[in-house]
Amino acid sequence: MNTLPENTLKTRVPQEEVERVVKPAPSRYRNEIAKYIVHRSLDCQRCGKCVEVCSHEVHVRKPGFEYFGEPNHHLCIGPACAKNGHYCVTHCPQGALQIRENPMFKALGDFRWPADLILATWKMAETGDLPSEAYDYNYECGNSGGGFDRLRFKFPDRPPVKLTEDQIDTSISLNKRADGRPKIKIDVPWYGGGMSFGSVSNVTQLSKARAAVAWNTFTCTGEGGYMERMRPYDDHMITQVATGLFGVREETIQRVPIVEFKYAQGAKPGLGGHLLGDKNTPAVAKMRETVLGISLFSPFPFHSVYSIEDHMKHIDWVKHVNRRALISTKVSTPTDVDMVAVGSYSAGTHIVHIDGGYGGTGAAPDIAKKNIAMPIEYAIGKVHNFLTDEGVRDKVTLIASGGIRSAHDIAKAIALGADGVVIGTAELVALGCVRCSLCASGRGCPRGIATTDPELCGKMDLDWGTQRLINLYSAWRKVLVGILQRLGLRSVSELRGRTDLLMHLDYTNEGAS
Amino acid sequence: MPEKYHIKTQPVPPRRPRIGKHGVVEWREDCARCHNCVKKACVYDRYKQEADYIRNLSDVDALFFECMGCFSCVQDCTKGILCLSINPAYEKLGNHYWKPDIIKTTWLQAETAKIPVSGAGYRGPFSGLGFDSMWTDMSEIVRPTRDGIHGREYISTSVDIGRKPPFLALNGDQAVAKLPPLVSIPMPLIIDLSSPTHTLPQLDAIIEQTAADTGLIAIMDSRYRPVDDANLEHIAFYLGSDSPPVPKAALRKTRLVEVADSPAVMERIKEIKSIHPEIVVSIRVELTAAGIGRAIELAGLEAVEVVHVVADSKGNELTAQKPRFVKDMIRQIHTALIEKGIRDEITLMAGGGIALPEHVAKAIICGADLVTINLPLLIALECHLCDNCQPGMPCPARLEKIDFKYGVGRMTNLIAAWHDQLIEVMGAMGMREVRRLRGDVGRAMFFENLEEETFGKLFGFRKEGL
Repeated sequence: MNTLPENTLKTRVPQEEVERVVKPAPSRYRNEIAKYIVHRSLDCQRCGKCVEVCSHEVHVRKPGFEYFGEPNHHLCIGPACAKNGHYCVTHCPQGALQIRENPMFKALGDFRWPADLILATWKMAETGDLPSEAYDYNYECGNSGGGFDRLRFKFPDRPPVKLTEDQIDTSISLNKRADGRPKIKIDVPWYGGGMSFGSVSNVTQLSKARAAVAWNTFTCTGEGGYMERMRPYDDHMITQVATGLFGVREETIQRVPIVEFKYAQGAKPGLGGHLLGDKNTPAVAKMRETVLGISLFSPFPFHSVYSIEDHMKHIDWVKHVNRRALISTKVSTPTDVDMVAVGSYSAGTHIVHIDGGYGGTGAAPDIAKKNIAMPIEYAIGKVHNFLTDEGVRDKVTLIASGGIRSAHDIAKAIALGADGVVIGTAELVALGCVRCSLCASGRGCPRGIATTDPELCGKMDLDWGTQRLINLYSAWRKVLVGILQRLGLRSVSELRGRTDLLMHLDYTNEGAS
Repeated sequence: MPEKYHIKTQPVPPRRPRIGKHGVVEWREDCARCHNCVKKACVYDRYKQEADYIRNLSDVDALFFECMGCFSCVQDCTKGILCLSINPAYEKLGNHYWKPDIIKTTWLQAETAKIPVSGAGYRGPFSGLGFDSMWTDMSEIVRPTRDGIHGREYISTSVDIGRKPPFLALNGDQAVAKLPPLVSIPMPLIIDLSSPTHTLPQLDAIIEQTAADTGLIAIMDSRYRPVDDANLEHIAFYLGSDSPPVPKAALRKTRLVEVADSPAVMERIKEIKSIHPEIVVSIRVELTAAGIGRAIELAGLEAVEVVHVVADSKGNELTAQKPRFVKDMIRQIHTALIEKGIRDEITLMAGGGIALPEHVAKAIICGADLVTINLPLLIALECHLCDNCQPGMPCPARLEKIDFKYGVGRMTNLIAAWHDQLIEVMGAMGMREVRRLRGDVGRAMFFENLEEETFGKLFGFRKEGL
């Protein structure tokens, strides 16, 4: 603690520990969404054979009851059960049972987050482990038909080196410069993206922060100011300096180990931030020092930055204010993103954070979402190669975000050339988001995640939220370790830039041009 | 600085019940009457609204489809008996090009005049055909973006239609030659002829008023007579090969006229110019197999001012077995004109398949000076694009019953929302003038190029037929 510069010490408050333990955190809703529906007809004679054969506890009859309760639809693995001899439908002497796909499944999810991926993420957040194979969830990727969704690893038949799980290192270093600033290491190659108070609730922000503490990684305040309640987690916070400068003070900059300049964000590249008036509640207005109920815009661009030199002045300012902070520069993915990255490195940034067009959690104009800036899959390689060609690749940390949904996406992003990733939507899904896209409307999220409405916020409690994220991280780390194990790699940093380990389903995968 | 272009709008609610994506929450047996769904789970109060709606129901087929699809009631139901599904009526909207989400977003914009905003990131496919295979660029740090949408910087969307001389011949301060006429409109958008299948009693009058209110120009059949002669400057008569001539007095009050391409087109232009020398004449060229060549040929002729190329409503080349898409055809024409060194002299208008505001920006990046639309305006009137428009067939949108004020309001709202969105993408690109966007492919990224640069280098060749 004494090594901290004086101006930082003044802002210190006691830091809170959060244990890294996986505990069950079942859905906070009464009914889980099931892939299959079990239907029992009136022919049932209540013989109980189904309860006997089912190995997934789908059929329920409480002791002493003659009639069955509502089946646990969500535990049913569907007709695939026929293979293992536990299929209740064939065992039922009366032929009274029917299993069919839940028609509701079609209404859940979208191309980027199919229902399978949402349910699998929920399961991981519930158990901290991979979903049982029996459910056959595709939790590797989505169904968007390009990018990560068409990339696969070329796993060798047998790993070239036999490694046990504890021999594999998933940590990454965030400071690759020899500038005397702290060599911060995070235990997993990802950290939480910036979501401001205002766009998401207090509970969501704090859950993210506490999970970051548990996993020795980071989360970001976003642009809406730095809540006092976040201070016990200062050592795992990134604070954002964005164009609106909402709630940014020298004192808040001094609290944290990493300060992020947000030039752009993937959800709305080139358009700045936008908090709709309805979500500007009294608490938000106070935090942001603005007038209640008006829409808040973070302009685009920084009107004080029109060159790399201007950017450098910004960085120097923050480095001066906080003598221990690392600087992250968050940019979107224009066609010259590689030049921007190198420029940003030369201005003194430690982390170049590129945010691709398909991510984002907050409100964004629909026109911006799919049309402006390139998907992250293209940008990672472009920036990685350019940094390498310029001879500075090992002096800067490259973080990718914008559409990272699963541990497989993380591994693919790293294999394409990133050091690590930032995640956002996946955390919200773990907290129960169904991607209904209504974060921006009226009082905000009907699921109580991306809202500041007191009543809606009450739908989620902090311990549950924290646990869901700790569990998700745990499951993801397991998947990631599994991937590295199969590839025979000792650490996640060995995976960086290993495009030779990837293949693309739409390509011949031979004779690269 | 000229006065800022601003379209006055006000919300125009739909006449028909909304067709939401998630519409059917199905009640099964065994409801406990606990009212959890009604009182607690639905934060939008839809159950109560539905009950009120049904109580006042006047139309037999008008169901209530305003569920927001958040699954809260489904997951909170005491008995687990609620089920949410995609509304089949929603899935039936439009066709494979004019997808249900395009129709829905158009309806929303026509109602509110606002830019559609949503959360939770992008939900669609990675890329797609046509306009979905390109991305517009944005600016970062060194090339500043423009803050147009919130009004801090002025972004001009006006375009000039007509022939522009490659240079000025001056004698002292005086121009030697007379400058050709130019028509300026405040937005790179022209309302195209309505398709003959969509003839509604008031449609043309509504379009006329919309064009006047937005300061744009609508192309109308030569038989059309405006409701108000003052609107003639917002009308461009279309003269097909068998169209009757427009009365000279009316023609003289217009600024732009369009003629169908034909072997005798040059005589036709001469004839019109003899009546009204200050008029700008556009030649409509259908994008058939010969269309591209013909457009390029016409652009090379000195008497030609504007070429209007038109693909089919889905943006495809007409009468081709393997049709090319309008964006690629525009690029081809644009590039050929650059090679001939005449691109700046001619105005290229392009239509067909322009369904969303991003298509306007993308078509301009590919090389059009401005675009023409008609179907989006029809959709603004709640049309489902069911293609049932025949006498005797019922129209699900009751289009025969629209009133004038509603129609003008909805169309104006849509154009205003498109204008705002055009400014959004231009702001992100750091462009201050839509005229500079024309043909600036450096401000766009194309799927084929990005794939080749990124994955082609790593994984060989892209498989055929993808």
